[in-house]
Amino acid sequence: MIDVENVSVSLAGVDVLEDVSLAVDTGEFVGLVGPNGAGKTTLLRTVNGAITPDQGVVRVDGESIAALSSRAGSRRVATVPQDTSVRFAFSVEDIVAMGRTPHRDRFRNGDASPDQHYVERALERTATTDLRDRRVSTLSGGERQRVFVARALAQDAPALVLDEPTASLDVNHATRTLSLVRDLVDDGRAVLGAIHDLEAAARFCDRLVLLTDGGVLAAGSPDEVLTAETLAATFDIQGVVSTNPVTGTPSVTTLPATAEESRRIHVLGGGSVGAQIIARLCAAGHDVSAGPYADGDAVLSVTAQFDVPTATVPPLTDPSEQVLDVTRDRIEAADATVLADISITPSGHRLDLATEADRLVAVEEQPLSTRNYAGEQERERYEKLVRNGYQTDVRSAISLLETRPSDPVKRVSRHGI
Amino acid sequence: MSRSHWFFVVAGLLALLIATILVSATRGPVAVDLLVVARAAANAIGVPAGLTLAVEPYPVRETSLPVPVLSVRYVYPIQFDVPATSETIVRQIRLPRIVLGATVGFALAAAGTVMQGFFRNPLADPSIIGVSSGAALGAVAAIVFAATIPLPVMAFIGALLAAFAVYAIATRNGETPVATLLLAGVAIQTFLGAVISFMLVQAGESLREAVFWLMGHLHNSTWAEVEVTLPLAVLTVGVLYAYAHDLNVLLLGEADAHALGIEVERTKRILLALASVVTAAAVAVAGVIGFVGLVVPHVMRLLVGPDHRILLPTSALAGASFLVTADTLARSGTAEVPVGIVTAAVGAPFFLYLLRRREVHTV
Repeated sequence: MIDVENVSVSLAGVDVLEDVSLAVDTGEFVGLVGPNGAGKTTLLRTVNGAITPDQGVVRVDGESIAALSSRAGSRRVATVPQDTSVRFAFSVEDIVAMGRTPHRDRFRNGDASPDQHYVERALERTATTDLRDRRVSTLSGGERQRVFVARALAQDAPALVLDEPTASLDVNHATRTLSLVRDLVDDGRAVLGAIHDLEAAARFCDRLVLLTDGGVLAAGSPDEVLTAETLAATFDIQGVVSTNPVTGTPSVTTLPATAEESRRIHVLGGGSVGAQIIARLCAAGHDVSAGPYADGDAVLSVTAQFDVPTATVPPLTDPSEQVLDVTRDRIEAADATVLADISITPSGHRLDLATEADRLVAVEEQPLSTRNYAGEQERERYEKLVRNGYQTDVRSAISLLETRPSDPVKRVSRHGI
Repeated sequence: MSRSHWFFVVAGLLALLIATILVSATRGPVAVDLLVVARAAANAIGVPAGLTLAVEPYPVRETSLPVPVLSVRYVYPIQFDVPATSETIVRQIRLPRIVLGATVGFALAAAGTVMQGFFRNPLADPSIIGVSSGAALGAVAAIVFAATIPLPVMAFIGALLAAFAVYAIATRNGETPVATLLLAGVAIQTFLGAVISFMLVQAGESLREAVFWLMGHLHNSTWAEVEVTLPLAVLTVGVLYAYAHDLNVLLLGEADAHALGIEVERTKRILLALASVVTAAAVAVAGVIGFVGLVVPHVMRLLVGPDHRILLPTSALAGASFLVTADTLARSGTAEVPVGIVTAAVGAPFFLYLLRRREVHTV
C-alpha cells in the first residue's frame, strides 16, 4: 500500500533522508524506530505528502503522493499528529468531523448525512462517543490521542501515518492507543508509525525499520532489528535485548557506559542474578566467561547474545570432568569470580570451583537458608569461602569488580549469615 | 453551541440589526416616529431591475476623458404614504449613513474574524497586514494633493497595494509563513505611518480634513457609496463563508490542515485576498475605524464558539449592529464625533471587562 522508493530529502540544505526505501502492505503495522534526528518525522511527512522528495518517490496505492493534490493525497493517507493539543474550544465531534474534510463539498457547510455515518463509526471504534460534546481542550492526553485517531479513521484512508502517537502518554494509555492502532491494522489498513518506545514498537508492530542518520540501518521483524549491535550503532547505548516473558517480544534494557579498565571475570550461577551480572559486565566491556549451566537455563540467552564462553551440561546431570577442567582454567585466568546468588546443591561442584578463585565476590539477593539444598556441611563450606571474599548485592557488585584486585575494598554485606 | 440553534441565532442577529437600523433612523436633530421610519425605510428598498452602460465625461485637469459608467436601475416595489420631509430626512440623509455604517461594521467584523482565525492570534484585526495603513496613505494623499481620482478609489487602491506588498515580502518559495506575514505587516504599517505623518506635516490647510478622515467617520455618506460597498462586502463575505470550514481546519495548524486535504498555501492566499478586499472596501468609505474588527469577533467567539461556520456570519451581523449603534452615539451629541473615537472609547473598556471576566486570551 505504502511504497517508499529510494527517497532522499534535504531540508534547508541539510540531507535529512538519503536513499530510504521501505514498503508497508495492507494489514501491516510497520514501526519506524531510531534516535532523535534520524529523520523519522521527515519520512512520515514525505509519506503523507507534506514534503516532496528531492529524489525517489513515495507511492500510496500505486500513485505518487507528491503528484497528487492535498485533497486527493489525504483521501489516501490519514495522519495522526504528534502534537494533539488544541487551543480552541472545538468539541470532540467537531474535531472528528474535520476528518471528513477531504471528502467535503465546499458549498455545503451543513450536516452531510453520509459523512455523519463515518464520524459516528470513528467515535464508536475509538470509544470516544461519550466524549463527543466535550471540548477537546478539556480532555486528558490519552483521550485526546484517541480523538485524533478517530479523526484519522473518519478520513477513511487506506493508509495511516502516526507520528509518535504515544510520546506524551503514560504506560496504560500508550498501550491502549497502540492496541487500538493494532486493531485498525487488522481491519485492513497499512500503518506506518514512528514509535519512541522500542519495546512497545516490538510488541505491536509486524515489522520495524530502524532509521539512523537519514538511512535505513536495519529492517525486518522486531527480533531482527532490535539487537545489541544495532542499538549500540544507532542509539550509542549498551543494551541488552531479551525476550519479554509476558509478550514474547523483544525487550530492551539499556545499561551504563563502558568501564575504564577491562577485567576478566567468571560468573558461577545463573538465574536472574547471574543474567543481570553477566549482561552488565559485558555491556561495560569486561571479558566474561560463565557456567557451567544446564541446557535450557534462561541465562543462556544472555550469554549467547554477548558471546560469553559458557560450558553447558544436560539438565539434571553433574558436569563432566572435562567441563570442570575447562571451567577451572577460566576461573584461574580470571581476575575475579562471581558467585551469583547460587544455590548450594549436594554435588558441590560450584563450591569446588569457587575455591580456585583468586578473588571471590558473592552476590547475594536471597537469604542463604532459601538457597541451601545440601545440608549443614555444605553451608559451612560456603560461608567459609565467602568470608574470605566479598559479600554484596547486584548493584554494588559491578563497581566492586571494577576496582583493582590490589585495592583495599570495603566489605558490603546485606544479609548477616 | 448546538448546530440546531445556528439558524435561530443568525435570524435573531439579523432581526437585531434591522431593529437597530430603524431605531437609529429615528434619532437626530429632528425626531421621526418609528412607524414613519419603518415606512420610509420600506420605501427605500430597491430591487435591481437592469443595467445601463453610458459613456460620461470625466474631468482630468483642463480636459475630460470619456469614461464608461455602469449603473444599476432600481425599482421600488413598496410605496407607503409618508410625509415628504420625514421621507427626505430618513431616506436621503439618515439611511445612507446608517446602511453604510452597517456595511462597514459587517465587513470589518467579518475580516477581523477571518484574520484572527488565519493568524491564530487574538491580537489580529483587519488591518494587520497593512490594509488600513495603505488606505490611509491613499486617502491622505488624495486630500493633501487634491487628487483628481476620487478619495475612496485612492484609499481602496492604497489598501490593496499595501496588503499585496506585505504578502509579497513575506512569501518565499511559494510559502508564506504566518509569523513572517505578521511581522512584515507591522513593519509596513510603521513605514506607511511615517509617510502619512510626513504628509500631514506638509498638509497645511487640508490637515483638519485628513485627520478627520483618519479617525474614521460616516458623515456625508451617500447611496452611491452604499451601492458599491454593500454588494462588494456581502459578496466577499459570502465567498469567505465558503471557506469557513477551511478556517476551522487551519486553526489546528498548517501541518494538520495539509494532512486533512487543505491546499494550505492556496487557501491562505484566497483568505488573505478576500479579507483584504472586504477591509479595503470598508476603510475606503469610512476611514480607519478601529476595534470593531478586534472586539466583535472575540465577543461572538465567547458566545457561539470557535466554529467559523457560525462565528463568521454572527460576527459580521453583530459588527453591523455595533457600528450602527456607535455611529448613532457619534452623531447624537451637540458636535459630531468621528465614529472611530466612539468605537474605541466604548470598545476598549468593554474588551478589558471581558478580559478580566472571561477567557478572551485564546482565539
